[in-house]
Amino acid sequence: MTSLPPAPTPKQLGLVIDLDVCVGCHACVVSCKEWNTGGYGAALSDQDPYGPNVSGAWLNRVHSYEVVPDGGEIVGESGEARIVHFPKSCLHCEDAPCVTVCPTGASYKRADDGIVLVDESMCIGCGLCAWACPYGAREMDLAAGVMKKCTLCIDRIHNETIEEVDRVPSCVRTCPANARHFGDLADPGSDVSRMVAERGGMDLMPEQGTRPVNKYLPPRARRPLAASAPGIPLAEETDGAKGFFAWLDGMLDRI
Amino acid sequence: MHPALSIILFTTISGLGYGLAAVLGLGMLDPTAVPTKVAHFAALALISGGLLFSTLHLGNPQRAWRAFSQWRSSWLSREGVMAIVTFVPLCMGAYAAIFESRHLVVSGLIGAACAAVTVYCTSMIYASLKSVQAWHTPWTPACYLLFSAAGGLLLGVFFAAIAGAGGALMQMLALLLLAAAWAAKFRWRREMLAMRPLSTPESATGLGHIGQVKLFERPHVNENYLTREMGFKVARKHAEKLWRLAVLLGGMMPALLLVAMPAASGWLAVALAAAAVAAHFLGVLVERWLFFAEARHAVMNYYGG
Ligand code: SF4
Ligand code: SF4
Repeated sequence: MTSLPPAPTPKQLGLVIDLDVCVGCHACVVSCKEWNTGGYGAALSDQDPYGPNVSGAWLNRVHSYEVVPDGGEIVGESGEARIVHFPKSCLHCEDAPCVTVCPTGASYKRADDGIVLVDESMCIGCGLCAWACPYGAREMDLAAGVMKKCTLCIDRIHNETIEEVDRVPSCVRTCPANARHFGDLADPGSDVSRMVAERGGMDLMPEQGTRPVNKYLPPRARRPLAASAPGIPLAEETDGAKGFFAWLDGMLDRI
Repeated sequence: MHPALSIILFTTISGLGYGLAAVLGLGMLDPTAVPTKVAHFAALALISGGLLFSTLHLGNPQRAWRAFSQWRSSWLSREGVMAIVTFVPLCMGAYAAIFESRHLVVSGLIGAACAAVTVYCTSMIYASLKSVQAWHTPWTPACYLLFSAAGGLLLGVFFAAIAGAGGALMQMLALLLLAAAWAAKFRWRREMLAMRPLSTPESATGLGHIGQVKLFERPHVNENYLTREMGFKVARKHAEKLWRLAVLLGGMMPALLLVAMPAASGWLAVALAAAAVAAHFLGVLVERWLFFAEARHAVMNYYGG
């Protein structure tokens, strides 16, 4: 059924991604591909895997952005330009446009925990859901001809055959910087909800009306370089020199 | 958006077929004339051909039947259901015309209405996508419907000319609808060119409060499914030229030929009508190509495009 379940779902499982912490190492990208190519549904195929035009289906990708405040290119004048690494996968939207456009019923949102999934045995590979998602979270697997997307590691998070610490999405378990967190965003007392409340967690493209479950924590404010500058003695000024340095200063001035 | 040939051919050819089916359903062609019988056959062939093209871009076409199930939420599914439903009155009308030389009024009217609804559903597949802002306007279905009607009327004029049956009313209607279609299309394109993007790199990353957001590095060096499917870009100068070509072929040429038609008769009239149909078809093909090629998808905010 591609009609959406009544919103909000009792649980809203999702990710909280800390843009202040992500170092852009792409470990989550690789571990996602590794886990999901052997897990739920068809393998994540690559085309021309060892050739110059290698390309394939990935469920998680890390972009890097340069953010430049007004006048920020001049160091110390008004904040300064910074690089933000930006991991992106399906946001498991509450009002998911990718689900309602699906003609076959392959795309659906689970009524109990809100996870958005594709039943690959029903997917005709029309690609319309990838067009409907404004975030680019869906990619067609060109070998199997079916749509692939983040499953929130549905085959890990409820899996009682693996150790409890592993029952989180592969990307969360892997992230060496601890930039990714998994939990129930419908529960205001959960760790992820508290993080979102404390750090001002935000929605991506709220204007698209998708109401994403995943939240992003903005980079923390930085002390501008200028604020640190007075503490650094400048080599041109010797007025405050004392003792041996005052003597050396005088000697050097004379020769 | 990537202008996939299969989708362009699907929307133009089936649009033409549904237009002709509506003209036939409304009884604008003499049911006893042989060319009208051929026209019925042509309408069904165009519609089926268009639908076949639409299955070419599926990853698993053998499951296409499943696409009829989600008509409650999906315009693509509604389009599929309506295409099948529309075949019923159209085939009844075609049978009556071909074998009994009769025009069935009721099933003709139903067929014409169904044809319009089907074209509307096709256009809503695109118009319903908020992620492609240029498409997300009521002018999209208006253009699809008007182009389909204009194309159908031009084909009607052509078949009437073969039958040697004047068809003055259809010529006038065709002129009118050509003008209306291009007026709507001009309006659509003006809206697209003047558009303030709904989503920006700043809103896409949520980093706008810090400053201006520029792509520093893509996630990978090569193209991927998303950039191939949605990252298509056409140079502005080429788009302008193609747009002028589309207006010339799809609007001005058929209009001039229609104006010349009353002065012609016999095979000359047939030749003029055929040229009008051909020019219009090519013009709409270019128009449809631009419909995809010029539309920008919100995901490109992440890919710096
Ligand atoms: S991020 Fe995209 S694929 Fe995921 S639920 Fe939202 S619209 Fe659908
Ligand atoms: S590609 Fe598959 S999941 Fe996506 S809309 Fe088409 S049938 Fe549904």
